[in-house]
Amino acid sequence: MVQLKVNGVAHSFTGDPEMPLLWYVRDILGLRGTKFGCGMALCGACTVLDRGKAIRSCVTAMSTVSGKDITTIEVLSLGGLHPVQRAWIETNVPQCGYCQPGQILQAVSLLNTNPHPTAKQIDEAMSGNICRCGTYQRIRQAIEAVSKEAK
Amino acid sequence: MIEIREVSRRGFLQGIASAGGFVLFAGSAAAALWTEQSAGGAAVSGQPVLQPSIFLGIDTDGTVYIVAHRSDMGTGVRTSLPRVLADELDADWKRVKVQQADADERYGSQDTDGSHSVRDFFDVMRNVGATGRLMLVRAAALHWGVLESECTADLHTVVHGATSRTLGYGELASAAAKVPVPKKEELQFKPRSSWRYIGRKVESYDIVDRCTGRPIFGMDLHQDGMLYASVERPPVLGGKVKSCDDKETLQVEGVRQTVQIPPFKPPHLFQPLGGVAVIADNTWAAFKGRKKLKVTWDNGPNSSYNSDQFKNELLETVRKPGKVARNLGDVDAEFAKGGKTIEAEYYVPHLAHASMEPLVAVADFRNGKITTWAPTQNPVGDQETVAQILGLKKEDVTCHVTLLGGGFGRKSMSDYVAEAAVLSKNIGRPVKVVWTREDDIRFDYYHTVSALYFKAVLDEHGKPSAWLQRSVFPPIGSTYDVSSTYGGREELGMGFTDVPFDIPNHRVENGPAVAHVRIGWLRSVANIYHAFGVQSFADELAHAAGRDPLEYQLALLGQPRTVADVKTPPGYALDTGRLRRVIELAAEKSEWGKRKMGKGEGMGIAAHRSFLTYVATVVQVEVSDTGAIRIPRVDVALDAGTIVDPDTVSAQFEGAAVFGASLARTGEITATNGAINQSNFHDYQVARIQDAPFHTNVYIVDSTAPPAGVGEPGVPPFAPALCNAIYAATGKRVRELPLSRNGFS
Repeated sequence: MVQLKVNGVAHSFTGDPEMPLLWYVRDILGLRGTKFGCGMALCGACTVLDRGKAIRSCVTAMSTVSGKDITTIEVLSLGGLHPVQRAWIETNVPQCGYCQPGQILQAVSLLNTNPHPTAKQIDEAMSGNICRCGTYQRIRQAIEAVSKEAK
Repeated sequence: MIEIREVSRRGFLQGIASAGGFVLFAGSAAAALWTEQSAGGAAVSGQPVLQPSIFLGIDTDGTVYIVAHRSDMGTGVRTSLPRVLADELDADWKRVKVQQADADERYGSQDTDGSHSVRDFFDVMRNVGATGRLMLVRAAALHWGVLESECTADLHTVVHGATSRTLGYGELASAAAKVPVPKKEELQFKPRSSWRYIGRKVESYDIVDRCTGRPIFGMDLHQDGMLYASVERPPVLGGKVKSCDDKETLQVEGVRQTVQIPPFKPPHLFQPLGGVAVIADNTWAAFKGRKKLKVTWDNGPNSSYNSDQFKNELLETVRKPGKVARNLGDVDAEFAKGGKTIEAEYYVPHLAHASMEPLVAVADFRNGKITTWAPTQNPVGDQETVAQILGLKKEDVTCHVTLLGGGFGRKSMSDYVAEAAVLSKNIGRPVKVVWTREDDIRFDYYHTVSALYFKAVLDEHGKPSAWLQRSVFPPIGSTYDVSSTYGGREELGMGFTDVPFDIPNHRVENGPAVAHVRIGWLRSVANIYHAFGVQSFADELAHAAGRDPLEYQLALLGQPRTVADVKTPPGYALDTGRLRRVIELAAEKSEWGKRKMGKGEGMGIAAHRSFLTYVATVVQVEVSDTGAIRIPRVDVALDAGTIVDPDTVSAQFEGAAVFGASLARTGEITATNGAINQSNFHDYQVARIQDAPFHTNVYIVDSTAPPAGVGEPGVPPFAPALCNAIYAATGKRVRELPLSRNGFS
């Protein structure tokens, strides 16, 4: 049996240990804000936070999640919009929006460790998150806006 | 122009009758129109009292419901068209609720492709808004016993100026529902100077949902009792299952059964490809069970397809005369005179759409009827395809539309919805078919592969006195008719027969090519390869003539004029003056010729009109000694006529530059023995943040011309502008995409 926390709630799982966390979160817990994009940790759509740090849930097998404390996009705005979400809205970042939960959590993870990243550091941190609509320059602008606000 | 049958009462009543027993003035709205299907399946019924049209409802609480009948794949159309209606209605945007339409022909075309939405429905939305406003004004005038002409609408209220009395739209809704729907001739439209919303930036309607992980996409669909499916499809187009061993599959925890889907009957159209579906309790079990299938295939004749070899065939074909698609003067006679002659060939490979949301659909077949939910660009297409394949009447097929996680043309092709329908009928349960990324890339309707040939002879000023251009590509027509080999008029009209250069002798030809994979529409379609060829060749001629490429572009266009022999919709004449203007604007804003370029740095320009929008793109590039490319800056100038939201338009052109960077840098689908070689984002690479232009500046020409397209026209000029910049930076001419095939990274 695997025991983990998702959005502060304790869960135990006895199913297929090979099941990726992504499908556990989406199909079993019904939290469908975390997206499926590639299944190979190539696109970042499935990004969730483990104690504030971005991980790719599509390649994280349930056999490895014991003791993890996972945050998904659904609870990021529980206490009102997160500053990153506010910046995303003010910058009108999303087009289709499908990759944005992953982009937002990746940005949160970056700002957790580096509140004032340079443009180059932003690009490095966000390089694993694909946006096919091409919202990258607004993503960079939004992260810079959060960084500026925090100064 | 779309006829506005919806606002005539006759059309309205007819339409409602077919929706099932609706009484106009009873206040019981047709549930089919006003049932919002959230992605989670919960139904929210608005039931507004006043319904001047199937696009609009106003309730007694003042809530204005506006139907979004087009699909939103990230273009913001769920915001922009309703904003046009709300503006003409003089509604308070904060009190507007947008509801997504199901498939329903009464809305007019719902096939969201070809950058048509605002262009085709701007006037429809204004008509509906003006109709609603007039009904509210008339109701208020009746209530007060004053002349209609003494009353005006002002932001969700009707005002009687002389007595300063006001009534809100909600207060008036019931009374207005008793006012006859006015005739079109009675409508009066707000002058442009009074527009509240059109032309102004606004947050897109769903932006908070899009930033907070709400389950709004097709991938997020859920129905009670639903099972999940993953389908093993024939690797080669037209292949069939020879044998299937599913023993190990059925042992996987959560797998329920396997189902064979029969192969399509040619032409493939939008039928499922066939194969073996694994039905399971969750997505992962379906994926895992599918990996354990042992299927052998009869691949059929398309297994002879090898794209490397096919490239040589295309190039051989393009060197031979083809069918003439446009002819001005006498190219041959001019060539025979001799002079400085330039020839070039270009090649653009197949591309895949690769929306971030892989294809997905839910279907629920019960009691001889079926309901589908999908992130679809084409709900009526889904309805027709599903009805035909299941042998149902169209009215027994209900197709719901979710938000789309990207589309780029792929989601206008209904095979993935039909697949879910076939499976649900087979297993008698609601089923969600989830495509993997590998499925999405291997079973696409690909952007076609093309070869182009150009020849020009230059006069004493270096300007072409004769220009011959020829393209060959397996056409989209092959999806409808397997014997189709020549480009359709629509494809050739996308940047080939409509080249607006002022050249006295100009011939456009097209040669034959056989399709071996499914060919479909991809963002800007044939404009991609046509613009790449035409705009690269123009740059080659400029350099051959020793002239500045930007000044040369203007010289090719000649004096501002209407290009008379290119057919366009009324009001959209091909005007070289508008194209010149965007070139000049891009030149000015990019400081063309004024900025100092260092070693390995260069600027390139390309200009192209597509979807009735004029675009000029200047790309600045940095190329390292090892061929690594960086794109620090892009300047795009565009004239799309009247626009609804400048920020949304800007976003579409920023995104188009990234889409263009993807296809130019690494975009390439290849096939070996009929099977696609690429499978996921490691071997079908798309631009990541560091590969994309660092910054794209967008400049919109202020225009009162009728609205034109914005979703696609930014794509075509990007690749040639980038390659022209690379030539300026390195002296290396790129005639074959992608750049990764040319030693660049």
